[in-house]
Amino acid sequence: MTAQTMQAGYTATEKKIHPGWVRVCHWINALAILVMIGSGWQVYNASPLFSFTFPRAITIGEWLGGALLWHFAAMWVLVINGLVYVTLGLVSGRFRRKLFPVGPRAVIADIKAALTFKLSHDDLSHYNAVQKVLYIGIILVAVLIVVSGLSIWKPVQFQELTALFGGYDAARYVHFAAMAAIVAFLVVHISLALIVPKSLRAMITGR
Amino acid sequence: MARFLARFRKPTAGVDADALIKEAGKLMPEQSRRAFLRGGASLGALTMLTGCDIIDEESAEGALRYVSRFNDRVQAFLFNPNRLAPTFTDADITRPFPFNAYYDLDEAPTVDPATYKFEISGLADNKKPWTLDELHALPEVSQITRHVCVEGWSAIGSWQGAVLSDFLKRIGADTRARYLHFKCAEGYTETIDMPTALHPQTQMSFKYDNKILPRAYGFPMKIRIPTKLGFKQPKYVVAMEVTNTDKGGYWSNQGYNWFSGL
Repeated sequence: MTAQTMQAGYTATEKKIHPGWVRVCHWINALAILVMIGSGWQVYNASPLFSFTFPRAITIGEWLGGALLWHFAAMWVLVINGLVYVTLGLVSGRFRRKLFPVGPRAVIADIKAALTFKLSHDDLSHYNAVQKVLYIGIILVAVLIVVSGLSIWKPVQFQELTALFGGYDAARYVHFAAMAAIVAFLVVHISLALIVPKSLRAMITGR
Repeated sequence: MARFLARFRKPTAGVDADALIKEAGKLMPEQSRRAFLRGGASLGALTMLTGCDIIDEESAEGALRYVSRFNDRVQAFLFNPNRLAPTFTDADITRPFPFNAYYDLDEAPTVDPATYKFEISGLADNKKPWTLDELHALPEVSQITRHVCVEGWSAIGSWQGAVLSDFLKRIGADTRARYLHFKCAEGYTETIDMPTALHPQTQMSFKYDNKILPRAYGFPMKIRIPTKLGFKQPKYVVAMEVTNTDKGGYWSNQGYNWFSGL
């Protein structure tokens, strides 16, 4: 199915859409990010930045102390797994192969195709321009949420980093905005995975 | 201000019931040390997502506490004893500076300055108790730094008092000991690591904004530590012990990370 549509750089033995390390990293990341978001919402509730709080039923940790324990445990999973993923993505050439090149013209064309329901998902091994932009974007947002998190956690030891965000209080807003971007991405990402179930299968079985 | 007053209230007779109900649900730690994982809500979301109850709550708590102790060591490693917290100008001071405790301001301890004694115990040569006049006669330093609460909010304040490391030298404290343990007038306790105690900005504060520390901010003495979260900085301090035993603290015993360095 995918053999004839494979891109340059693939060898004939690589029949899988997603190699094992991508799938393992993906699902570890999925669990870690859900714990980070759920516990992060509970932490947010202790001192809300805006005029709303998150319903307790969808938060993790029971109270601030419990949520912080979850948050500062899951952060290790998120960061270590993220480093493995980014390192392998760069070293294996997967990022270069799958996410580049991507230009504004292709993105506009694919957005138009998507809005008119003409965007094809027949070939899961090939990302369309919108996917490329979203996946590059979410990797950059992941870097931003980790760095802004570090600057909130250690505003004295990493004070230059905190200053880069415009100070401690501003860094909290950046951390929140990055969370919101990830949640928005997840809404699109999960919806599309459910609309195109074979993409979900590919992330589980590799094919 | 009301927002800050409402935080961390403990159910006590005579406290505004509405505010309590509103705040208790989301902020109050239960009476039990381990209550923060009990009740299902903590793992509810996870259980729902994984579709099965694979995580036993007791072992989950054990694992989380283990990671928190690991995080203590990571933070001790990251702590640079010469790294100063950023300082600010008078114009940056948050006014009014928030009062924050697990009780209401009218329940805050009232310490009698005439009979007050700062007790010293443990690994120190001179354990003579200090009167407030004697403490006020110590060389005074001043700092305008950011106070960061575990809840996430921060405020810039101005504190004056004695450098704690100078005081430790003065009383012949064994600074090779691992901890300082503080006791407070209302029963609050806190233990800090010696490297933080010896940090040049760690201060025995007797004044706030150049005026004698008001009751709200911990009269007669607050230990001001700009390299740690607010709850690690005891107010209404009445006793200090130089020790090699970690005797914990009011909040870290309930689940907040012990080191809580900034």
